[in-house]
Amino acid sequence: MPPTWTGEPCDGASGPPIQVLDPSGQFTADPRFPVDLDDGDLLGLHRDMVLVRQLDTTATALQQQGELGLWASSRGQEAIGVGLAAAVAPSDMVFPSYREHALAWCRGVGISGILGLFRGITNGGWDPAAVGLAVPSIVIGAQVLHAVGYAMGQQLDGGGEATAVVFGDGASSQGDTLEAMVWAASFEAPVVLLCINNGWAISVPAARQSRIPLAQRARGFGFPGLRVDGNDVLAMYAVARAALDYARTGGPVLIEAVTYRMAAHTTADDDMRYRTRAEVDQWQERDPISRLTAHLVDCGLLDDGALAELQHESQRLAEAVRHEVRTMPMPDVRTLGRHAYASDTRASLVPAGVPVAPPAPAVDSAVRATALSAAHG
Amino acid sequence: MPTMRVNQAIATALADEMRADASVMVFGEDIAEAEGPFKTSEGLLAEFGPLRVRDTPISEMAFTGAAVGAATLGMRPVIEIMFVEFLGVALDELVTEAAKFRYLSNGALSVPMVVRASVGSGLGFGCQHSQTLENWVSATPGLTVVTISDAQSAYGLMRAAIRDPDPVIVLEPRTLYARRGEVTTGEAGILPLRRARTVRPGADITVVAMGQTVGIALDAVAACDVDAEVIDLATLSPWDRSTVLTSVHRTGRLIVVEEAPLTGGWGAQVVATAASEAFSALTAAPFRITTPDVPVPYAKHLEARFVPTVEDVARQLRTYLDTGAVPQPWWVLEGVSA
Ligand SMILES: Cc1ncc(C[n+]2csc(CCOP(=O)(O)OP(=O)(O)O)c2C)c(N)n1
Ligand SMILES: [Mg+2]
Repeated sequence: MPPTWTGEPCDGASGPPIQVLDPSGQFTADPRFPVDLDDGDLLGLHRDMVLVRQLDTTATALQQQGELGLWASSRGQEAIGVGLAAAVAPSDMVFPSYREHALAWCRGVGISGILGLFRGITNGGWDPAAVGLAVPSIVIGAQVLHAVGYAMGQQLDGGGEATAVVFGDGASSQGDTLEAMVWAASFEAPVVLLCINNGWAISVPAARQSRIPLAQRARGFGFPGLRVDGNDVLAMYAVARAALDYARTGGPVLIEAVTYRMAAHTTADDDMRYRTRAEVDQWQERDPISRLTAHLVDCGLLDDGALAELQHESQRLAEAVRHEVRTMPMPDVRTLGRHAYASDTRASLVPAGVPVAPPAPAVDSAVRATALSAAHG
Repeated sequence: MPTMRVNQAIATALADEMRADASVMVFGEDIAEAEGPFKTSEGLLAEFGPLRVRDTPISEMAFTGAAVGAATLGMRPVIEIMFVEFLGVALDELVTEAAKFRYLSNGALSVPMVVRASVGSGLGFGCQHSQTLENWVSATPGLTVVTISDAQSAYGLMRAAIRDPDPVIVLEPRTLYARRGEVTTGEAGILPLRRARTVRPGADITVVAMGQTVGIALDAVAACDVDAEVIDLATLSPWDRSTVLTSVHRTGRLIVVEEAPLTGGWGAQVVATAASEAFSALTAAPFRITTPDVPVPYAKHLEARFVPTVEDVARQLRTYLDTGAVPQPWWVLEGVSA
């Protein structure tokens, strides 16, 4: 079904975030953003969110047990990655931030790929070209530029592919991000810029990054902006789908997904130093999973039996995660030089064929005395 | 003398300078409400308020550039780059602007700003959050580059850096933040910039280190039971040639212990200078112990080998003193390959 959204700058950037599923699970269609999904698709979105939540919970526990160096929780933000992943075509490219475990999961990165990085046993968790998901950026904002460049390459290829890039409200202040928007606009790059506004950049509230809803910034760059409820996976999907379809021929679209970072920034952070439990609890009521569960139960797509089965599957995943993490092989020290360059780095690390200088005499006080008197005349 | 952690020594130095001089202010990410990702600004927001202690948007270029502007007006901004890698997005403001304003104005303008940044490996942060990168800034005349090595140098060099009329970059090894040490506070605790510190006097060999490697060198020397003179370079640029060369003239031997890749590391400058200017005093080839020319590995056990270890520095010291020959780095001995 062709999107009926017009791509006009004011169509979707202001006002309350676009939502089709309210927190109680009540569905109200938005004709601009049709949810063209069948029952199986809907159940798939639900399952992915439940499993990603489980992965996140298990990883957090593993970190607390000392099995992972660090963990950046995506709790409460699952709808964004799951919705976006459902909207991108397999041949499209996605540039994630470090918190997008949902995207990695949905793009087919396995447990060891996602968690190997956080266990610190590998420098890279997956092959970006194979899964259509770039290396996650941990230098804030850098990936937005990479995405624009990649999209410009897709444009040259002419195959109708598009790129999506995910970054945070904090990243919206970085020069890289803003310059990327200029570039995307100037060259009409087929890119969807998805800003996850989860209220916080470590301890700094989103209000420090922008005085207006971030989606409205798009207008100043000359492309459409959309503000969507990031806890509504159906709206996320529909809006991302419309934006991608637009981007393939029309150039960049900015989406601001409004959500909340339910956990601390990472397991190394104590969020109670700068925000209140009450604020966090308020967002609990807008949980992305429970609202879809309610909707699917309402539609008769999920019953107690199916929910129990999903619960089991989720437990099995938790066990698999624990097992895989604990049995990951440690890299050998001799692999240290690997992948710094395309070619063999042995030449730079181990100089071959260089004559070894003959040893100087061992320390000898007579020699030193001579040297000293020579030096000081 | 009170003992404090390195991060407390930094916060204390900032607070003392802010009390002494109303033009001192601090900008950075997560430094106000959260008191710094490494707790280096504890208590500052409460005492000095949100105009002098600012949580910034995530835009290093903006707060570095704004600090340059404010500094030319006589303010003394101290900015925090959370991980030195993020200096990458702000380098123009530092290297091409701040470092050149005095020169470009025939001395009319001063840029008395301080850039603080956490550096180095050892905490399992991966290759984008573990470098020292002093060579990004050390070859720029106009900038003063300092690395702290313990609680006293953190306190004393920080206060000196804030008082200095030119832009100073203070690099803070992340592994040291939790390390305790005795600190003389107040005016008596201020250490001079551009002066190396002889942290252990000795007669047989000169060991020059900086930042995290100062402690490693001291431990290695203790483990070998040699009479080594250990010098903390402290200010890398402009560096204290006189202290180093005087020592080399006395000992006749020089080792530099660096936490930086072999190629382009700061020790090359020290060794080259000693080779030219203390040649007649040298009784063996001076050499450098560095990290290999690869990014910092993520895996903890690899990272632990990557930075010169106490054991490896001790091995090299012993070989050098026993044979006079320059020892091979561990990665050559162990056949590390691509
Ligand atoms: C250039 C740069 N500056 C600072 C940081 C440190 N840092 C890591 S995450 C983060 C907050 C990012 O917030 P946001 O973009 O909102 O993403 P979120 O963590 O909320 O997902 C900061 C400041 C960094 N990684 N890179
Ligand atoms: Mg955020």
